[in-house]
Amino acid sequence: MRNLDAVNNPYGEDKVISACAIFGMMDVSGECFSGSQILEAMENMQERGNGLGAGFAVYGIYPENPEEYAFHIMFTSVSGRSETEEFLNLRCFVERSEEIPTRTLGRKDEPVVYRYFVSPKQKFDSAVDEDDYIAAIALQINSEIPDAFVFSSGKNMGVFKGVGFPGDIYQFFALENYAGYIWIAHSRFPTNTQAWWGGAHPFCMLDWAVVHNGELSSYGANRAYLETEGYKCTLFTDTEVMAYAIDLLMRRHGLSPELFADVVAAPLWIEIDRMNDNDRALHIALRSTYGGLLMNGPFAIVVANRNMMMALTDRIRLRPLTCGTKGNKVFFSSEEASIRLVAPELDNVWTPMGGVPVISRLGELPTPESSTLRDFECCAEVPR
Amino acid sequence: MKMQNELINEGKGGNQRQTVPKQRKASDFAIRSNRLPEFAIDRDYEKCIKCEVCIRQCAFNVHYNDVEDDLIRHRAEDCVGCQRCAVLCPTNALTVKVNPAQYRAHGSWSSEHVKDINRQAETGGVLLTGSGNDKQAPVYWDKILINASQVTNPSIDPLREPMELRTFIGSRADKIEVKDGKLVTKVPPQVCVETPILFSAISYGAISYNTQKALAEAAVELGTLFNTGEGGLHPDFYRYKNNVIVQVASGRFGVHPEYLNAARMVEIKIGQGAKPGIGGHLVGEKVSEDVSITRMIPVGTDAISPAPQHDIYSIEDLRMLIFAIKETTNYRVPVSVKIAAVHNAPAIASGIVRAGADVVVIDGFRGGTGAAPKVIRDNVGLPIELALAAVDERLRREGIRNRVAVIAGGGIRSSSDVVKAIALGADAVYIGTAALIACGCTLCQKCYTGKCNWGIATQDPYLSKRVNPDIARRRLVNLVNGWSHEIKEMLGGMGINSIESLRGNRSQLRGIDLTSEELAVLGIKPAGV
Repeated sequence: MRNLDAVNNPYGEDKVISACAIFGMMDVSGECFSGSQILEAMENMQERGNGLGAGFAVYGIYPENPEEYAFHIMFTSVSGRSETEEFLNLRCFVERSEEIPTRTLGRKDEPVVYRYFVSPKQKFDSAVDEDDYIAAIALQINSEIPDAFVFSSGKNMGVFKGVGFPGDIYQFFALENYAGYIWIAHSRFPTNTQAWWGGAHPFCMLDWAVVHNGELSSYGANRAYLETEGYKCTLFTDTEVMAYAIDLLMRRHGLSPELFADVVAAPLWIEIDRMNDNDRALHIALRSTYGGLLMNGPFAIVVANRNMMMALTDRIRLRPLTCGTKGNKVFFSSEEASIRLVAPELDNVWTPMGGVPVISRLGELPTPESSTLRDFECCAEVPR
Repeated sequence: MKMQNELINEGKGGNQRQTVPKQRKASDFAIRSNRLPEFAIDRDYEKCIKCEVCIRQCAFNVHYNDVEDDLIRHRAEDCVGCQRCAVLCPTNALTVKVNPAQYRAHGSWSSEHVKDINRQAETGGVLLTGSGNDKQAPVYWDKILINASQVTNPSIDPLREPMELRTFIGSRADKIEVKDGKLVTKVPPQVCVETPILFSAISYGAISYNTQKALAEAAVELGTLFNTGEGGLHPDFYRYKNNVIVQVASGRFGVHPEYLNAARMVEIKIGQGAKPGIGGHLVGEKVSEDVSITRMIPVGTDAISPAPQHDIYSIEDLRMLIFAIKETTNYRVPVSVKIAAVHNAPAIASGIVRAGADVVVIDGFRGGTGAAPKVIRDNVGLPIELALAAVDERLRREGIRNRVAVIAGGGIRSSSDVVKAIALGADAVYIGTAALIACGCTLCQKCYTGKCNWGIATQDPYLSKRVNPDIARRRLVNLVNGWSHEIKEMLGGMGINSIESLRGNRSQLRGIDLTSEELAVLGIKPAGV
């Protein structure tokens, strides 16, 4: 998709602003379930979106091709598709490809959507290198081939998104036919942009998907940092820098989700000053090294990969987020009402502290205790 | 405004000075110059009580007691406009103003040109000056506006919410590795400062003992750093070693292993914004016993800093010096390299990073100096705003900006300048002139004479005791604390609660009254877009 800038940012803003509803649901036993409850929850938060963007990321939907990267690509012209396929065939083995079944919403801007299950033609020593290769292919299609946009590139997962309310997108992609063990969803309220299908959430880099509610005041600083690290910010959205920060810190640098939270929603210096020697050294190193990735200003995010789903707000908690669990099910939502709608009786329901990640891993339920207070051992005296 | 200490000093020391002839007649002075006096002095004889404060306060011997007429008189042509006499006159009888009489106006030949030509016709020498460029070159800070949050992201109230200014200066690791909750990566040495404002290099020699002591003690109290300049570190000042940057400049004055190892950071000075491309010259008159010990040169000899460092003729030589210092200090402290803002600063900065420096310092052409040729000060170099933006952009494009810290100096006048500098890409700023103004400097630009009436840029004990180090320390601390509070207010307005989220955040800036080329160099958009 050449000229992403012109498509997604017609007014040339520093960044595209939007507010949102976010929702995530996971079964920690790994059992797949349909998206009907997610849709119900999202529709209950209709007021948080304005019909200019919605989307879903679902994990566990392609068990028949678990080892291939599943590319979801939207095309707005025939040549876009042929050029993309030529390029993909050059770089990858395409194991399977098909048009993603859709129902029309009767709108003119609906793209044609295909999926390709690919594996790299080169052999790599490490998984990170192989992922880098695939990520580069996705970015290259997006920046160089006109009328084509890769919006999903992970294994055994897929993103479905576009312009409309969540119900429209669910309808368009016939999501009732899919079942996954993690669903994350988004409904968007952009304040200053024309709607474009590729600009909706979730944002996806390989296995990682993120939905985001907020506006980063640190956007310029984060973007400058990431561009220095080789990322090219083309969409001018806060979510894009969040997605790249996830990719850099967790995928490429191998930080745990907890440490990722300690970078983007870093503990305050007054907290760090009180930590024990180990933790203090670690957090000073994290903040002084990755200071450019501290996300300042309001945000709440739900991030997922194949093993986990994480919720996080900024460190002074300027956006809403509620967590709940019922049996093996974990819910993250902008509003508690939406969780209560689909699961009236919850085992646990709580509001996490600002900057404290709530992490739901396969086989491991999050609890309020694990995520209400930062778990730092304190010194009796502030060592200065 | 009269400071208590100065009045006390005036009372105590007033009669001890031997060099000022107290009683002179008008005929003692020969006519030396056909220049119009730069300043005019009005003395209200109804208010004058002949206390002679003005006579004792002026090291330029402007005021004198005319014994024949029993009146205090003055010779305005010797006045430098420092306002010391007017400020300390107990009856406010004195007004010192720019001479209203000027040569006939000329669109091409300003009064300054005429006066400078006359001075050179009289002396045949290089015209010297002090402080920073005083020309009307555009101050880009004044053409940059700062953003604030409305509706879509909330502003933050620094009185109610945490607001962090702590800054780390030095190289950064490429990535952090952690094993079992423990830090594995060996992080390069960094210095932590509690506010991104550091005191710039000003040597003992250029300024008085008391003034450097005040800077050192203020740095300790503020949790920031002061910089020795190229004058070495006085034995008394080793006690401030947790807060000192020591400089290694072309003269290598006072450089020895103990000096390097006393420091939190070592700075290699290649150039200075006020005089890019030339060295320095501390006149022998300023090399007192104490300065001689500190600089390791004989008393009364001129201290000449060559234009280049004679062991650095190329980038690989710089690398050798950087690593010689790192070896000497056992890799415990960051090494910075300071250059003047010149046309190819971006490429030089890139070379400096690749040569192994941990910090790059860019000094703009409005930066101060104790002595520089006027023609150099006013014509060579670049405004810091443009140089900083260009350097940051280049280091980013080369993918090496995140490795190092960048400090900007030379013309930082207020907290808003600090915010704009950090948003353009600096990690921290140096302030020199602003700090000296807090100590009493009035920018008369006569630092090179050694006759600073405010006791700052002098080694004359009669003059230098006019700076009370305790009071000067307090005023410096007040200044930096005041600026820090203002920075927090501006950050909060932008919806940011930590200074690192401002670094390089150019989307928080807009330009007014700038050409598209200037906007492109600054990397900011015009206001309204």
